[in-house]
Amino acid sequence: MAVMNEKEHARLIVSVSPHIRSDVSVSRIMWTVSIALFPALLMGVYFFGPRALFIVATCIVSSVFFEYLTAKVMGRPVTINDGSAFLTGLLLGMNLPSSLWSFSPFLIHVPIIGSFVAVAITKMLFGGLGYNIFNPALIGRAFLLISWPRAMTIFYKPTAAFLGFDAQTTATPLGILKEDGMNKLIEVFGTKSNLYLMKLIGQNAGSIGETSALALLIGGLYLLAKRYITWHIPVTFIATVAVVTWIFGGTDPATGKMVLFAGDPLLNVLSGGLMLGAFFMATDYVTGPTLRNAQILFGIGCGLITSLIRIKGGFPEGVMFAILLMNCFAPLLDRYVKRKPFGFRKEAAR
Amino acid sequence: MAQPNKISYFGLIKNGIFGENPIFRVALSLCPAVAVTNSLKGGMLMGVAVLFVQTMTNVTVSILRKFINPKVRIPIFILVTATWVTVSDLLLHAYEPAAYKQVGLYIKLIVAFAIILSRAELFASKNKVIPSIFDGLGMGMGFLLALTVISFFRELLGSGSLLGYPLVATKPVLIFVLPAGGFFAVGLLMGFFNWIDIKFFGGAGSSGGGH
Repeated sequence: MAVMNEKEHARLIVSVSPHIRSDVSVSRIMWTVSIALFPALLMGVYFFGPRALFIVATCIVSSVFFEYLTAKVMGRPVTINDGSAFLTGLLLGMNLPSSLWSFSPFLIHVPIIGSFVAVAITKMLFGGLGYNIFNPALIGRAFLLISWPRAMTIFYKPTAAFLGFDAQTTATPLGILKEDGMNKLIEVFGTKSNLYLMKLIGQNAGSIGETSALALLIGGLYLLAKRYITWHIPVTFIATVAVVTWIFGGTDPATGKMVLFAGDPLLNVLSGGLMLGAFFMATDYVTGPTLRNAQILFGIGCGLITSLIRIKGGFPEGVMFAILLMNCFAPLLDRYVKRKPFGFRKEAAR
Repeated sequence: MAQPNKISYFGLIKNGIFGENPIFRVALSLCPAVAVTNSLKGGMLMGVAVLFVQTMTNVTVSILRKFINPKVRIPIFILVTATWVTVSDLLLHAYEPAAYKQVGLYIKLIVAFAIILSRAELFASKNKVIPSIFDGLGMGMGFLLALTVISFFRELLGSGSLLGYPLVATKPVLIFVLPAGGFFAVGLLMGFFNWIDIKFFGGAGSSGGGH
C-alpha cells in the first residue's frame, strides 16, 4: 500500500510460503475510479461549458493543496500521490452546480471552502484516509448547501455551446417535479421519451457531473467489471429508489394528493445524483459496510431515505443526505450481519 | 481535587479556566455551548449567568455541607441551584428583556447543567466556603471564556457581524449560525485547545464525553 513504508511492510510478512501478490493498491483504485468518472465529467463540461471545468479544477487543486498542508501541519507523511485527495476534489467538483463560477456575486471561494471541509476537516482531522466516518466529498457538499443555499441551487441550462458564456438559470428536473408536477416537466422537455433521452445523455440542469445517467452508468459498469466495486450497494440502492418512488411517488395533477403505484420510477432513477451517488459515493470502501449482507441493507437504507426526501422532504433531491446518514450506520450494519462461527452457541460464549 | 491544605486561590481560578475548563477540557454542559452561541451577546450572557449561578451555588452548598444528609444530597444541590437560577432568570428578565427572549429558555435550563452539579458534588460539598467561592469563580470564568470564544467565531463566520454590528461584506458561512455549525465550532475549538495543551504545556489532551 502506498501509505506504508518499507519497515512497516516488512512487519506484515508472516510466513515463507509463496503468496500470490495482487497489484491492487490504494493509489491504483483511486486513479481507476477517477478514470471511471471521466465520461460523466466530459458530458458535464460539454453541456455546461468551461465554467464546469474551472469548478472541477478548482476543487481538485484546492483538495490536493489542503491535503498537503494538513499533512505538513499535523506532521504526518504526505500522501497526496495516492490520488485520494484528487478523487475527493473531483467528486466534490462534479457535485457542484456550474453557476458557482461567478465573479459578481463573488463565489469562487465557495468550492475552495468545500474542499477544505472535505479534506482537512472530514478526512485529515479524523485520522486521514481510512479513518473518516463520512464521505469527504459529500460532507463538503452538505456544508456548502447549508451555508450558501441560494448559490448552491442556481442551475444553468445546458447549452452545449462550448465557448458561449451566456447562461440562463432554470430548475432541475426533480425541482420542477416537486414544485409543478409531472405535466409541467413533460411540457418543458416536449415529450416523455425526449425527457428520458435528455436525462440519459445529460442535457438537463443539475450539478456538473450528475446529469448524464448514461456516462455515469458506463463508468460504474467499468468499475464493476474491474471488480473494484460489487453490485450489492448500487443495485439495491437504485432498485429501492425505483420501487418506492413507483409506489408512493405519483400525485394526482388535479388535487395534488398522492396516488399509489402511479410514480415514474425511470425518471427518478435517471434523475438527480442517484447514479453518481450509487456507483461512486455509496460504494466508498472507508465509509460503507464491508460485509455483503450489510452492503445490501446499506443500499436499501440509502434508497429509502433518498425516496423519502424526494417525495416528502423539503429538498428536491436527497441522495447526499441519504448516503451521509447511512454512513453513520455502516459499522452497526457490519456488526449486525456478522456471521456466527460454526458451532457457536450463546451460552458457550459466556 | 480534594486536597484542602494545598489549595491556592489563584490555582483554583486557573484550574477552572485552563486545567479543567468545563467546555474544552471536561466537555460538560455542551448543550448550551451549541444552543446559545450563535450570537456573541447570547453566549456572553449565558456565560455570565452560569458564572453567577456556579459561584452562588458553590457558596451555598459549602455553607450547608455539614447539614446535608448524604443520602439526599443530589436533590438538595438541585434545589440550591434552582434557587439561584430563578434569581438570575428574574434579574435578566427585568434588566435585559430583549436578550432574555433569545436565551431565556436556556437560562432556566442551567438547573440541569452538569457542570454546576458536578462542582457542587466534587468540590463545594467537601471544601470550606472561601475555596468554594474561588472554585465557582474559576469554573464560571472558564465557562464564560469558552462560550465567548465559541460565539465570537460563530457570529463572525455565520452572520459576518460582532455584537450585531456588520463587519464582513461578502456572504457569510450560514452553517455557523445553525446548530450543525455549533458542533463544528465546538469540536474545532476543543481540538485547538488540546493542540495548544499538548504542544506548549506537555499535556495529554482530552477527549471529553459529557452532555
